[in-house]
Amino acid sequence: MPEQLVFAMEVTLNGLMAGVLYALVALGFVLIYKASGIFNYAQGVMALFAAMTLVGIMNGQVPFAHLINAIFGTHVHEFGWSVPGFVAILLTLAVMVLLAWAVQRFVMRHLVGQEPIILFMATIGLAFFLEGVADLMWGSEIKTLDVGLPQGINLWIDETTFQIFDYGFFIDNLDIVATLIAALLVIALVAFSQYTKQGRAMRAVADDHQAALSVGISLNFIWVMVWSVAGFVALVAGIMWGTKSGVQFSLSLIALKALPVLMLGGFTSIPGAIVGGLIIGVGEKLFEFALGPALGGATENWFAYVLALIFLVFRPQGLFGEKIIERV
Amino acid sequence: MFYREAGDFKTSYTADSQTFPIKFDRYRYYVVLAVAFGIIPFIINDYWANALLLPFLIYAIAAIGLNILVGYCGQVSLGTGGFMAVGAYACYKLMTAFPDISMFIHVILAGGITAIVGVLFGLPSLRIKGFYLAVATLAAQFFLVWLFNRVPWFYNYSASGQINAPERDVFGIVITGPNAPAWATYLFCLIFVTVCAIVARNLTRGSTGRKWMAIRDMDIAAEIIGVNPLKAKLTAFAVSSFFVGVAGALFFAVYLGAVEVGEVFGIQKSFLVLFMVIIGGLGSIFGSFAGAAFLVLLPVVLKLIGVDLLGWPTDIVAHLNLVVVGALIIMFLILEPHGLAQLWRVAKEKLRLWPFPH
Repeated sequence: MPEQLVFAMEVTLNGLMAGVLYALVALGFVLIYKASGIFNYAQGVMALFAAMTLVGIMNGQVPFAHLINAIFGTHVHEFGWSVPGFVAILLTLAVMVLLAWAVQRFVMRHLVGQEPIILFMATIGLAFFLEGVADLMWGSEIKTLDVGLPQGINLWIDETTFQIFDYGFFIDNLDIVATLIAALLVIALVAFSQYTKQGRAMRAVADDHQAALSVGISLNFIWVMVWSVAGFVALVAGIMWGTKSGVQFSLSLIALKALPVLMLGGFTSIPGAIVGGLIIGVGEKLFEFALGPALGGATENWFAYVLALIFLVFRPQGLFGEKIIERV
Repeated sequence: MFYREAGDFKTSYTADSQTFPIKFDRYRYYVVLAVAFGIIPFIINDYWANALLLPFLIYAIAAIGLNILVGYCGQVSLGTGGFMAVGAYACYKLMTAFPDISMFIHVILAGGITAIVGVLFGLPSLRIKGFYLAVATLAAQFFLVWLFNRVPWFYNYSASGQINAPERDVFGIVITGPNAPAWATYLFCLIFVTVCAIVARNLTRGSTGRKWMAIRDMDIAAEIIGVNPLKAKLTAFAVSSFFVGVAGALFFAVYLGAVEVGEVFGIQKSFLVLFMVIIGGLGSIFGSFAGAAFLVLLPVVLKLIGVDLLGWPTDIVAHLNLVVVGALIIMFLILEPHGLAQLWRVAKEKLRLWPFPH
């Protein structure tokens, strides 16, 4: 088998894995968009916030330590204990639910009935706010996150492919775990929305707010629940990305990466988010592999957007989105 | 009482259709112009120019440009940073290629080049709407920044990858470079701001602006009553990008002097200008100024209070700045979706009746 083809296969595999991670972030967007029609730009910052909170709790950091020290002239930094990963994840989840409640209570409730674009801008404001709060709470330095997920090259794949192609593929264990978790998460979400009472209520709200209200579904409760689920997805994405590349500001930019994924797949479709993620992941890795060196490298920064842009010109609602019907 | 419309009679069509038909507005406008042109240049110093006035003026141009696109034509764009970069790099290439030509012409040409790029990236707006368009303009943002980072021709093959503004003058007065006097750079920007504001004001109240607003309110209905969406959307993109390009050129050449594209014209810049437009008021020229002034002043004031008064470390104040900006945006959207401009309208309403409100 020619060498280039083998390289391309490895790149494709890695692209698929990266695509799963994009899809993971995109899922959070789709959930909120479907249930409330809000395009939640803050999803990426929520992932950052969740990851920072997780690290902070695990290391026993004092929240707002810098601010407290600045105001009162004290020198508190740490409680002096460390929390095991599993407990810390549960605590972080509680924080995310609290956040979901606060967002619903103080922001979204007051914006019911506004135009979608106003809601979108409100979530941009929320993103700024959360980013500032996260930095104030836990400090803005780069942190490492380790909840015990396996990392490093997968030797089994390396050896097997070496026997077949005479060239060992480099696949990170973390990527494999991430793929499995993402698959589980998707199955769980689909099962939740199909087979539980709350899930059905959520779909009813997504379909028609007023009709849902009239059959006795509490919009407030559903929205808090949706934001909590989105917070949970953000936490999972934050753990994956945080373990992969450290907990830092750039984590919040994965939200921007998820946007073209959504545009490709359509804002309203969970399978769309996954297929879109895979297309973008593979596409950008292969493009960088094939044309990156000729164009000066780092084409990953823009390839996804341009692909989505060109795609949208031909199919404005995305691959799986609902057909847009406009009336005067 | 203070804001009176009564007794202001018009006897000709010209008088009736002037930019500020109410006497009070007109005089206020003349006074602002007189202070800006006649007094400030004599008392300005480097700190005031660099910390407040120059960024305010330049962001005001960018905000007017974005307001035309978002507030008047309803096409949300997140590519402002990228278009400002086009203006900056076009200005840089022109400045280094033709050193003898006046800076005025360079800046205007840079705006023209940005307009062409803007129209190119505006083409998808004919098919894509709303969010999808907002996300599609991100393609412009990331692609343009990448382009200026990676293609050495744009930064004249300099080793650092930065662009540095060489010293250029207008009528013998140095405008760019470290030796430019504060009053000259201030006046240079002020002239552009004034002209841009007048052009924008007159465009938006004329037939072009009405077509934009028709598209904004409902594009299909507008098309049916005879507005050509292709023309209306693309002119909005062109005019808006022109303004944004001029702002980018001034930002680089006059204000900063040296630019690293990813840092200065990144996605954060796009959001900043968008926030100015939201906080100031969508669809209002005055709002663009108010929003620009507000967001330029806010970090300075916070720094004054936090760092100088309370003695907190600068990074905490920077984070607080984010929190305050985010909270303010949410608050504005909840309490006053039409921004500072609406507050001003309400204030005028109150002043008209004061002190006898009934």
